[in-house]
Amino acid sequence: MAKPSLAVDVAGIRMKNPVTTASGTFGFGSEYAPFVDLNRLGAIVVKGTTLNPRPGNPPPRIVETPAGILNSIGLQNPGVEHFIEAALPYLRQFDLPVIVNIAGDTVEEYAALAARLNGVPGVAALEVNISCPNVKKGGLAFGADPGSAAAVVQEVKSATRLPVVVKLSPNVTSIVQVAEAVVKAGADALSMINTLLGMVIDIRRRRPVLANVMGGLSGPAIRPVAVRAVWQVYRALKVPIVGMGGIVTAGDALEFIMAGATAVAVGTANFINPRATLDIIEGIERFLEEEGIKDIRELIGAAHR
Amino acid sequence: MATDITARIIKQEQVGLGQYRMNLYAPEIASRAVPGQFVYIRCSSSLDPLLRRPLSIHGVNRERGELLLLYQVIGRGTSLLAAKRQGDQLPVMGPLGRGFTLPEPERRVILVGGGIGVAPLVFLGNELVRRKNPVLMLVGARSIHHLPLGREGGNNVPFNVTVATDDGTCGYHGPVTDLLERALAGREVDMVYACGPGGMLRQTAMLLARYGLPGEFSLEERMGCGVGACLSCVCKTTGEGERPFRYRRVCVEGPVFRADQLVWDQEECING
Ligand SMILES: Cc1cc2nc3c(=O)[nH]c(=O)nc-3n(C[C@H](O)[C@H](O)[C@H](O)COP(=O)(O)OP(=O)(O)OC[C@H]3O[C@@H](n4cnc5c(N)ncnc54)[C@H](O)[C@@H]3O)c2cc1C
Ligand SMILES: Cc1cc2nc3c(=O)[nH]c(=O)nc-3n(C[C@H](O)[C@H](O)[C@H](O)COP(=O)(O)O)c2cc1C
Ligand code: FES
Repeated sequence: MAKPSLAVDVAGIRMKNPVTTASGTFGFGSEYAPFVDLNRLGAIVVKGTTLNPRPGNPPPRIVETPAGILNSIGLQNPGVEHFIEAALPYLRQFDLPVIVNIAGDTVEEYAALAARLNGVPGVAALEVNISCPNVKKGGLAFGADPGSAAAVVQEVKSATRLPVVVKLSPNVTSIVQVAEAVVKAGADALSMINTLLGMVIDIRRRRPVLANVMGGLSGPAIRPVAVRAVWQVYRALKVPIVGMGGIVTAGDALEFIMAGATAVAVGTANFINPRATLDIIEGIERFLEEEGIKDIRELIGAAHR
Repeated sequence: MATDITARIIKQEQVGLGQYRMNLYAPEIASRAVPGQFVYIRCSSSLDPLLRRPLSIHGVNRERGELLLLYQVIGRGTSLLAAKRQGDQLPVMGPLGRGFTLPEPERRVILVGGGIGVAPLVFLGNELVRRKNPVLMLVGARSIHHLPLGREGGNNVPFNVTVATDDGTCGYHGPVTDLLERALAGREVDMVYACGPGGMLRQTAMLLARYGLPGEFSLEERMGCGVGACLSCVCKTTGEGERPFRYRRVCVEGPVFRADQLVWDQEECING
């Protein structure tokens, strides 16, 4: 039997398989090169980039929770110019769509980033992070309100010709409402979910463990919440979805695809198994062979039918 | 370059109160490791506890392809590790991080280890002795029961060991940094390497600054990826230009840092 087809297209981003990396968990790719042949990934989403360098939050920035982690990195990154000069040339040598995750404090900052990255060789798409729980201004503030989320997306869209993926937060009353607003504002695709706001207290010291007090929860603990979010948005809207949140195995990834995701992103699992992305790709292929399915696209939204 | 392998436990023995030494068969890692580097170990195949645990490389036996670890049981991860038996297999990533820079031959070296912090220093000391550097190790511990190299300390290592305990049950009664200060005042040393609790490192940094001597410290911070990708494990270091400080990643820019690179206002530092 011929090998099943794993290729998918997310708003013009052509992926040889549906597996990409979750922003902030895979650096700029080179960090994982000893473990992963980057040519084999469907795409890479790099660490959140801002207009100017950011120092990030004080440590401790991470704490383990039941089947998960809380992080409060605070978008530490070297800024977009450094990304273009130092990180992007490395990634260009691979046959790999590069999706640049962007974040800002103001609508203007998002627009300036989008404009700066427009037409830069090697950038396949933008992922607009309107859902970071770890920075004071911006971030989640935009993602929590449909109106301001739409305003960001509109400005970004008019500043770039690249496909625009908008990353949604689960920390909202109705993720469908925010999804509808950003799609109306021009989002070409949606990614979900970003981390869930949480905290942990050290009872001996009677203080929060994270220096930043609160952080974003990720890992297997959040997977059912994420699958639910993808399910609801797929049901309500016709837009490609990149699903993520606690994916560790190929089975987890397939849950998201059946809930309606066209592609999936692997985040926290990379920390446990640096080869997680490749294991998941191989596992999906095996599953398709076992089930006699010729094309992964047959499974997108399969649980709705 | 680091690899991720499944390593078999050759031997595991308890060496002190909650302290264990483990030999792993990991030739790919043992052949490349240098003192100061660490490995990132998965202690359980379940998703809870989720993260790997970082442990310094305590020694290598390159002929036998073995990696030596020395660790203290702290919480769930290290408890699971202590329950492992000979023949069990563990996912191990390594060697990771930047090790110690080695001094010129003849330079006199003092190693300062606080508790289980001696783990990477023994690997370093062995290497330094091979290179003909005079080496003295100062070990601080809570009590005679907490001496990770055993009561005689120095019997298994090719350099002298002097002990200090907080309660005076073995060796000098007081902080190990008192012993260091005496050695510094007596001009008996050219270079200091240290690993241990934050308070001990901070005091050591102060002494080095006062006596104008170079030093390198191996730091600990909570980790996510272990390979420089997630920015979880940062410590505060001196900046350059307009930037007053910079957060650097312990897992790839460390775990070894120059003493004069570190900024000590880190209230929340897990080491102290
Ligand atoms: C580079 C490096 C080298 C180390 N080398 C050694 C060694 O050789 N021997 C040894 O006994 N210990 C060493 N440690 C400390 C060791 O990693 C922790 O004691 C261990 O992770 C505790 O895990 P736990 O599940 O038992 O404790 P828990 O407190 O239950 O762990 C909870 C979480 O906090 C993290 N954590 C807790 N304490 C520390 C710590 N001190 N440093 C980093 N993360 C921590 C754990 O990794 C885990 O993610 C090293 C740490 C680092 C960063
Ligand atoms: C350490 C860490 C850093 C992250 N940084 C970013 C970021 O910069 N931008 C972003 O949009 N999401 C960021 N995220 C969120 C992830 O991309 C992802 O949405 C989330 O972790 C859920 O997926 P997971 O459970 O597979 O990790 C980060 C997550 C972690 C754990
Ligand atoms: S642990 Fe991820 S950058 Fe150090």
